[in-house]
Amino acid sequence: MVYVSSEPGSPVPDLQVTAVKMLVAGGFGVGKTTLVGSVSEIPPLRTEELLTELSRDVDSLAGVEAKTTTTVALDFGRITISPQLVLYLFGTPGQDRFWFMWNELSAGALGAVVLADTRRLDTCFPAVDFFERRGIPFVIGVNCFDGSQQYDIDEVREALDVEGVPVVLCDARLRESCKQVLIALTEHVIKLAVRRQQSSASS
Amino acid sequence: MSRGETWFDEAAGPLVRPYAVTRGRTRGGQADLQMITLVIALQRLTSALSAQLDPEHAQIMSFCQHPKSVAEISAEVHLPLSVVKILIGDLIERRLVTFRSAVTPDLQVLQAVINGIRQL
Repeated sequence: MVYVSSEPGSPVPDLQVTAVKMLVAGGFGVGKTTLVGSVSEIPPLRTEELLTELSRDVDSLAGVEAKTTTTVALDFGRITISPQLVLYLFGTPGQDRFWFMWNELSAGALGAVVLADTRRLDTCFPAVDFFERRGIPFVIGVNCFDGSQQYDIDEVREALDVEGVPVVLCDARLRESCKQVLIALTEHVIKLAVRRQQSSASS
Repeated sequence: MSRGETWFDEAAGPLVRPYAVTRGRTRGGQADLQMITLVIALQRLTSALSAQLDPEHAQIMSFCQHPKSVAEISAEVHLPLSVVKILIGDLIERRLVTFRSAVTPDLQVLQAVINGIRQL
């Protein structure tokens, strides 16, 4: 994202920083935070959101009295690509009851990595559904825990019914491996963007 | 507070702990702050300025001397996103910080992202 000053007239510090965001989704315990930690320049940070705040549209203090302090935690990492460009990686909450967070998380996201564990492939179905419906570009990262690789890439693609979506084998604990997943995602995003430009130019 | 003794009246707002630092406000100013909206201080945090601010506001001012995302600020000050957005909104209103709203990255930015990841 390119950032523009909120107030053109105000004394804005001399910088033009761009930040982009990628999501790392998948079932509970599939290795999302591990992946974030493998590529982040800082140990993953944790932010939290109040459960009741976003689960409904709060527009007055009415309702506050019923609020609890239940929170949902989000882990994220940061990669400073250049002084002008920062990449943030957000892990999505794995538990179903935190789905309400996904809208805010995905707003403005460049794309997503859906981490899959072939021992329980079904846990990533909801994430695949979500990104497909929203038209958010995504790739599948098959996290190969030791000896857990039971299926090949084509079998995973077929099982997930995701034609045209890159499927990459990875080990979320290894930086090089995670880099390849993020590169595959960004290349996929570029491919889709170019295709969109071409189709709008020809129509 | 023991079980079954919940406070349900209107005045309970400030008693909800995360919102105590916002004095019970659950909505901030007009600024559209997202998780990766970058926030930058417009002034140095002098001791004179610090004395005029609530500790949380001062902490944010101090942290944002270099551009920081709303998510990072939330992690730094250990407050939920919605609470931190209200506090940042206060600082925007007082023209102590500014923010940079996001627009969709173009192909050039995407290529820079790939090159940057390769070099990690």
